Amino acid sequence: MKRFFKLFRRGNVGDAIFQLVALLCGLSLLVIMFGIIFELWINTSLSRQKFGFGFLWSTAFDINGGKIGALTFIYGTAISSVIAILLAGFVGVGIAGFLVEIAPRRLNRVVGFVVELLAAIPSIVYGFWGLIALAPWLGTYVVPPLQAVFGWTPLFAGSYIGSSVFTASIVLAIMILPTVASISRDVIQAVPDTQREGMIALGATRWEMFSRAVVPYARNGIVGALVLGLGRAAGETMAVTLIMGNNAQIFTSLFQQGATMSSVIASSFGEASDLFLSSLLEIGLILFAITFAINVGARLLVLVFANEPRGGVRA
Amino acid sequence: MSSLTSSSGHYRRRKLVDRLMTGLSYASVLVAIVPLAALLIYVIIRGAGAWSPEFFTGLPQLFGGGGGVANGIVGTLILVGMASVMSIPFGVMAGIYLAEYGDNALGGFIRFVADTMTGIPSIVAGVFIYGLLVLNMGGYNALAGAVSLTILMVPVITRSTEGVIRLVPGSIREAALALGVPRWKTTLRVVVPAAVSGIVTGVLLSIARVAGETAPLLFTAFSSNYFNFQPFQGAMPSLPVLIYNAARSPTEAVREVGWGAAFLLVVMILALNLTARLVFRGRVPGG
Repeated sequence: MKRFFKLFRRGNVGDAIFQLVALLCGLSLLVIMFGIIFELWINTSLSRQKFGFGFLWSTAFDINGGKIGALTFIYGTAISSVIAILLAGFVGVGIAGFLVEIAPRRLNRVVGFVVELLAAIPSIVYGFWGLIALAPWLGTYVVPPLQAVFGWTPLFAGSYIGSSVFTASIVLAIMILPTVASISRDVIQAVPDTQREGMIALGATRWEMFSRAVVPYARNGIVGALVLGLGRAAGETMAVTLIMGNNAQIFTSLFQQGATMSSVIASSFGEASDLFLSSLLEIGLILFAITFAINVGARLLVLVFANEPRGGVRA
Repeated sequence: MSSLTSSSGHYRRRKLVDRLMTGLSYASVLVAIVPLAALLIYVIIRGAGAWSPEFFTGLPQLFGGGGGVANGIVGTLILVGMASVMSIPFGVMAGIYLAEYGDNALGGFIRFVADTMTGIPSIVAGVFIYGLLVLNMGGYNALAGAVSLTILMVPVITRSTEGVIRLVPGSIREAALALGVPRWKTTLRVVVPAAVSGIVTGVLLSIARVAGETAPLLFTAFSSNYFNFQPFQGAMPSLPVLIYNAARSPTEAVREVGWGAAFLLVVMILALNLTARLVFRGRVPGG
């Protein structure tokens, strides 16, 4: 504030006004952020008073009986996004390694461009395709061999239905793959060539060079990419709402239906009122807190090690 | 002699591992490209089949065949237009603030908040605006939908604007200041024009990003099977929400129109992306 008055006294009225307007626009971001927290906190008073902290670990979902808990949905979100990041993580880092270490530079640029375009396809389109095209295909070609080998484990027990946790996790993995691949590619590309040359000069093969000189150097950046992908999977709404079945249960088999925090909000918000509406808003608040923590964690991870010679993250 | 053979056996093993890993990395590219290509081809084939004059002029039908998404096209243009009008000034000015005055604790904090906001699920923005605008304005309306899209656009525009303004060389700034031009005029007339192609790219990318958003519109703009030209009153249909409704329909003919809408949406978003990259050949930081 003192600086503005100083600018005014010096006669730089234009400067003072411009800087003030710019500052207000910058502050609008903070207003939105704290507005979201404040507003959700106020609107969830009904369910917070009724359920307290027990809301977090209750699996009840009896709307008419007035007993609602969030654990079923936290569980659904956690399982589906962890499976998605496991699938997309290996493939994404593999692509990044291929683009930087193996592919010619031109191909690297073209594939990078295509990957960024694919990241722009709306999630509703992924969901529509996953439900109508991918689910029957998985049922015919992927599920029978999976069940033949792993059918005895509880994870793959029961018969497959199209809209299930399994299909939803695979669609999530496909959706976050461009994010994971493009950030890891940037991180791996940022590793200085001297790292590679040193290892090659010692007689290492390409894989030894990549796994022992490049990946450890870029480790934090790659972990950051995976965590950001996890955050994206956890917040993803439309594809999961269409595919996962919106069945509020603690599933034990991936072939069962389930529900995530975002899918329960999207599918039942329209007809909710009073206590149920307040509970859904509280689930939204929890989702906000979780994704916020994931994002802050990913960025701190990179920040803490920023002074060390390791990859950065662009997102 | 024996040590030589054992070392060459060791070498063969290392080479084998190298081959295996190289093969796996080829495989991962294949595993990624196949589903993404399958998705695009499927949407193109199903969608192009649904395109007809009626598709672009008709209204959605609840049952039976035919109908179109004209109201959704108009609604999406209105929603995205309103969101752009609101978010571009705020986002660009916030970006200017961060680039020109933001090298302090407050700037660092705003930057951090903007970064984390880009990772916030879009449905949270919808839920927030539902409580703020829908409940207080007495029902679903286009303004609420546009504001929820604005929340998603502002941080993206802010960070990309900041990035490209930082790319403008300091010497240009100093030259203008040395001529006695005030700082605000330097920023607006010298620095921003030098960075304008990058700013436009960031804005176009953010528009492309929210044009396909469904979750924040579900309980703000909602949907409708009719035209709505009123920005402050009544449910506003949009392409993404019409696709969502079609995807949940048990009627094959209704889903057919949904594929047409999905194809149209993908074409619109890819066109925006391509335009954005043609405007600015370099890479927009944070975009």
